[in-house]
Amino acid sequence: MITFERVDKSYGDRPVLREVSLDVRQGEVVVVCGPSGSGKSTLIKCVNALEPFQSGTIRVGETVLGRGSLDARALRRRVGMVFQHFELYPHLDVMENLCLAQRTVLKRSRSAAEERASALLDRVGLREKCSALPAQLSGGQQQRIAIARALALDPEVMLFDEPTSALDPEMVNEVLDVMTALAREGMTMMVVTHEMGFARRVADRVVFMEDGAIVEDCATDVFFGDPGKLSQRAQRFLSKVLPH
Amino acid sequence: MNALWDNAAFLAEGLALSLGLTVIGVLGGLSLGTALAALRLFGGRAGGAVVDVYVFAFRAVPLILVIFWFYFMVPLILGRPVGAFASAVVAFVLFEAAYYSEIIRGGLASVRPGQMNAALACGMSRVAALRYVVLPQAFRAMMPVFLTQAIVLFQDTSLVFVVSLHDFLTAAAIVANRAGRLVETYLLACLVYYLVCLAATAAVAKMRRSAP
Repeated sequence: MITFERVDKSYGDRPVLREVSLDVRQGEVVVVCGPSGSGKSTLIKCVNALEPFQSGTIRVGETVLGRGSLDARALRRRVGMVFQHFELYPHLDVMENLCLAQRTVLKRSRSAAEERASALLDRVGLREKCSALPAQLSGGQQQRIAIARALALDPEVMLFDEPTSALDPEMVNEVLDVMTALAREGMTMMVVTHEMGFARRVADRVVFMEDGAIVEDCATDVFFGDPGKLSQRAQRFLSKVLPH
Repeated sequence: MNALWDNAAFLAEGLALSLGLTVIGVLGGLSLGTALAALRLFGGRAGGAVVDVYVFAFRAVPLILVIFWFYFMVPLILGRPVGAFASAVVAFVLFEAAYYSEIIRGGLASVRPGQMNAALACGMSRVAALRYVVLPQAFRAMMPVFLTQAIVLFQDTSLVFVVSLHDFLTAAAIVANRAGRLVETYLLACLVYYLVCLAATAAVAKMRRSAP
């Protein structure tokens, strides 16, 4: 579903992605972890063309990113994204947040868009908040709305960029629960996160990055169950983020 | 009181000139200022440099000098006299545009870049993202500064006395001296400025509440 082939990216002289190759199959959940500044967020922002890269190719379904022209908008329609800081539109209420792209991008009628939005609000358990403004919601509620907003466009792939790192600890689980349910339904997901509990329970594979390169890419049970096989750097990282 | 009453028409004419110049200055300055801000955003390095020079040129000199200058400049460029009012209008619009372009730039910068990314990530075009997501937020952030700028502009219309136009304050000064009623006339002038400011503030507050 998503294939990275020798992707390189740099800001000026500073490399941020080095020869990244990675394959995410349909229905697979891949957790990307690693120390901050290792290029995880940049990696998933390349998938929906929010970040340009200098060489290599990324394939998303039929679409090839890299050389030549690309209709970024057509690609983004099929790839949903959830951000660390939610990025709900603060001047619009919850219903309008969920309907804006449905109306402007997919050209759905108001009633069709609202129907889809209501179903998704039910699913994330926030139907009663449809006329609230984002500022009136807790962080966890905002992030669940943001997930619903991305799902409203019926994406084939969902990208999560540290979806719980801006949340108070007691709100982390409500967001992870929604993500877990989504994974169980077979959504293809790339998740940048430090939530190793979520990775262990939900991910099919774990990718560990450092300094812009993929250091480990292995099945979840290998990553957590057999740490002796991992590189020194991945072991050091795990010993820091896992509870003792 | 009689002196003021007798000169009411003269004062009203002055007030009309001040309000007219303010409205034209705000609308013209806002239009040109938006164009300058767009040039800075989308015009690349060269566009940005042009706007920088423009803003610098108009911000460095006092408005009174700009008014005076255009009074002599515009006829030279056009080859025929255009009158004090037309040249004052040109001076106000060009001067205000420099300030508005900076206000708009600040307003756009106040919207988190993540908002643009969120809209783009949903497949919206850059234009749609600006129109539905970024500009409405920027506009709200800019409203109080727009109001201040309009009020300052209204007060600054008094500077057109240098090209012999009779704005409200100039008219009041003439009446005050002619009738020898300095205190009453300037009290009235004060009152009028307060009323205009109050009306503008109320209008902006209403707009902010009903903004989408």
